[in-house]
Amino acid sequence: MAIEIATPATPPLKWDYAGSKESADIANIEERYGLFIDGEFVSPKSKKYFPTINPATEEPLAEVAEAGEADVGDAVAAARRAYAEVWGPMDGAERAKYVFRIARMIQERSRELAVVETLDGGKPIKESRDVDLPLVAGHFFYYAGWADKLEYAFPGIRPRPLGVAGQVIPWNFPLLMLAWKVAPALAAGNTVVLKPAETTPLTALMVAQIAAEAGLPPGVLNVVTGAGATGAAVVGHDDVDKVAFTGSTAVGKLIATQLAGSHKKLTLELGGKAAHVIFEDAPLDQAIEGVINGIFFNQGHVCCAGSRLLVQENIHDRFVDKLKRRLSTLRVGDPMDKNTDVGAINSRAQLEKITELVDSGRDEGAEMFQPDCVLPDRGFFFKPTLFTNVAQSHRIAQEEIFGPVLSILSFRTPEEAVEKANNTPYGLSAGVWTSKGSRILWMADRLQAGVVWANTYNKFDPASPFGGYKESGFGREGGRHGLLAYMDWDEE
Amino acid sequence: MTLAPARTSILPDRITTPTLRSFLRSVPSVDEVGANERVAALSTRSIKRESKRAALDLITRMIDLTTLEGKDTPGKVAQMSAKAIRPDPLDASVPSVAAVCVYPNMVRYAVEATEGTSVKVASVATYFPSGLVETDLKVEEVSRVVRLGADEVDMVIDRGAFLGGEYFKVFDEIRRVKDACGDAHLKVILETGELVTLDNVRQASLLAMAAGADFIKTSTGKVQPAATLPVTLVMLEAIRDFMDATGVVVGMKPAGGIRTAKDAIRYLVVLNETLGEAWMTPDWFRFGASTLLNDVLMQIRFLQTGRYSSPDYFTKD
Repeated sequence: MAIEIATPATPPLKWDYAGSKESADIANIEERYGLFIDGEFVSPKSKKYFPTINPATEEPLAEVAEAGEADVGDAVAAARRAYAEVWGPMDGAERAKYVFRIARMIQERSRELAVVETLDGGKPIKESRDVDLPLVAGHFFYYAGWADKLEYAFPGIRPRPLGVAGQVIPWNFPLLMLAWKVAPALAAGNTVVLKPAETTPLTALMVAQIAAEAGLPPGVLNVVTGAGATGAAVVGHDDVDKVAFTGSTAVGKLIATQLAGSHKKLTLELGGKAAHVIFEDAPLDQAIEGVINGIFFNQGHVCCAGSRLLVQENIHDRFVDKLKRRLSTLRVGDPMDKNTDVGAINSRAQLEKITELVDSGRDEGAEMFQPDCVLPDRGFFFKPTLFTNVAQSHRIAQEEIFGPVLSILSFRTPEEAVEKANNTPYGLSAGVWTSKGSRILWMADRLQAGVVWANTYNKFDPASPFGGYKESGFGREGGRHGLLAYMDWDEE
Repeated sequence: MTLAPARTSILPDRITTPTLRSFLRSVPSVDEVGANERVAALSTRSIKRESKRAALDLITRMIDLTTLEGKDTPGKVAQMSAKAIRPDPLDASVPSVAAVCVYPNMVRYAVEATEGTSVKVASVATYFPSGLVETDLKVEEVSRVVRLGADEVDMVIDRGAFLGGEYFKVFDEIRRVKDACGDAHLKVILETGELVTLDNVRQASLLAMAAGADFIKTSTGKVQPAATLPVTLVMLEAIRDFMDATGVVVGMKPAGGIRTAKDAIRYLVVLNETLGEAWMTPDWFRFGASTLLNDVLMQIRFLQTGRYSSPDYFTKD
């Protein structure tokens, strides 16, 4: 690839950033957390607790209650009461005040929340600090603004809330997924029973504390922690009016089956295997950054990750060379170091799944590249990985890996790019890089994906709807569309 | 024509304006939003403790300490040269800067003042800063400053010709100036503030490198905006692609507007992450600056004492 270059007469400085660690001390993590039901933390009737660990060190952080069916029942009952007596009848402008107050308190405590998000989930502190937390506060602010304007959001209809929303969220963006679901639900006048992921429950519990401090009426927001069984209890509870789930397509299908024929409304945001398409006339160096961001952001634990790279054949080799070089500059390691680009894999189970799929890629004949980087001795880490010579039929081109692994394929014509991009059961997102404006529009018309990014990737905004086609789910979160998922209405 | 074959290997066989145009159009386009985002992301890099002192020393060793004013005098040049050699009279551990950079009429005084030291003399030439005369006159001026003892020559390209698409004129002028430089190093100023778009910056970088530049430099310092991080990123990327294609190493010099150590460290982060550790040397990277040095000295003093000294403790030369 690179030509041998001359040695400078003056020797270069061995450049080193030195450790620059964010302090874990500002995270006031308690030893043990109960369930947040009806405005207070209570011990679980199940009497069971489970540990949550720091995936970067494998050290336990806290014990968290495991909500059983009786606990979920209490939470739903509290939510129902709060809906019927307080939150449902409350004037929109009053509701807005509470949501605004929560937004401000999240902003004020954003450093602490970012640190806990990183400790509990493994994502680099620079991402939780610069991406997650600003967006989380942004969503609460955005939806707070809609609370007293719902009748203007959709002309010609008289909206009303649905009732009790049961929400189950994943571990990749614990706070952001909470914000995407809780903020519109509350703004529209619903009450909430939220089940965070079992590996990342801490920040949701901190938001529960914030809600209590903000004076949110008891029962409006309830947080029940636990694993799959707890989630199933929330989703299956008869008195829940609306279910919102973000997670794997397999579980999404189970929920859809379970809810079929019931009165419950459902939105699902599931997996993805996004195509990231690079045309020959793309701004190559920026496209490299887009691809890196697309697949290595949050260790690739992103449902809309650009995990299938489609590169036009006449620039394929050059682009892959550039990509390999860029991969070698990624700093992988301690998520609490402010200079870390790629942090820890969220759990041992996820690490095993990634390892298994990467092994299958090698077995099926794809060519693997990993940079020369040293991984920490403890904790769950995986080297950023590229696969070239990938065939559309390989598992690594078909299945969602949910890790820092990129599969590279090539194409010759725009038609072929579209055909390959759409040849997947998923349809959450896609990316297109080209200098030609008309081609961006042509591609966006044809790509079956809920979001198509042009000359950028992984851009989010509270005002912009997000959601899937095909097996990536249905319903939209974010923007005005995100409100619809939490409202019923009469025609005027 | 004395250009090394490696440089010309990527050029068309017959060098004319039309062939140069298609050559320049072959470089990848630049997305400005993406370039801005990349430098913003790199600007959050945090550098601490012992690494910081090493970085401050390196910045010092990379500075072309510059005075380019109508009111310059031989005395001022002599004083600045003394400071270039020994930046902090109270602290011998602070290294000398790379070079002093002066107008042609000051070259002889700078040469005298830096004789026997590691500090080089750079002269701006080609009727700096506008460069609006015939090529013959520019070449003559370059020959003169080299005869006077300048080790390095900073020329400015013909922006009007570049923007007007007269690529051969720009190319040929650089080539002739390079010839006139002899052993002196040639830094080619693109004056990116007048080229405006990052696509222009990228193409002008390539043109200058192919024509023989030893360094490419952002600005004269007389036009705003002068050096910026996105422009520097794009030029470094152009250098990297040129090196991949030819094996020839070209240096980079952002100039103008870099006033604090914190700013300078951001440039070094972009350099390190774009071209790698091999580039962290004054042979291949320089800062064109006048006030930067004092801020660096102040930061070094701070690292040593834990306290900030008043600016009055550092000489203004």
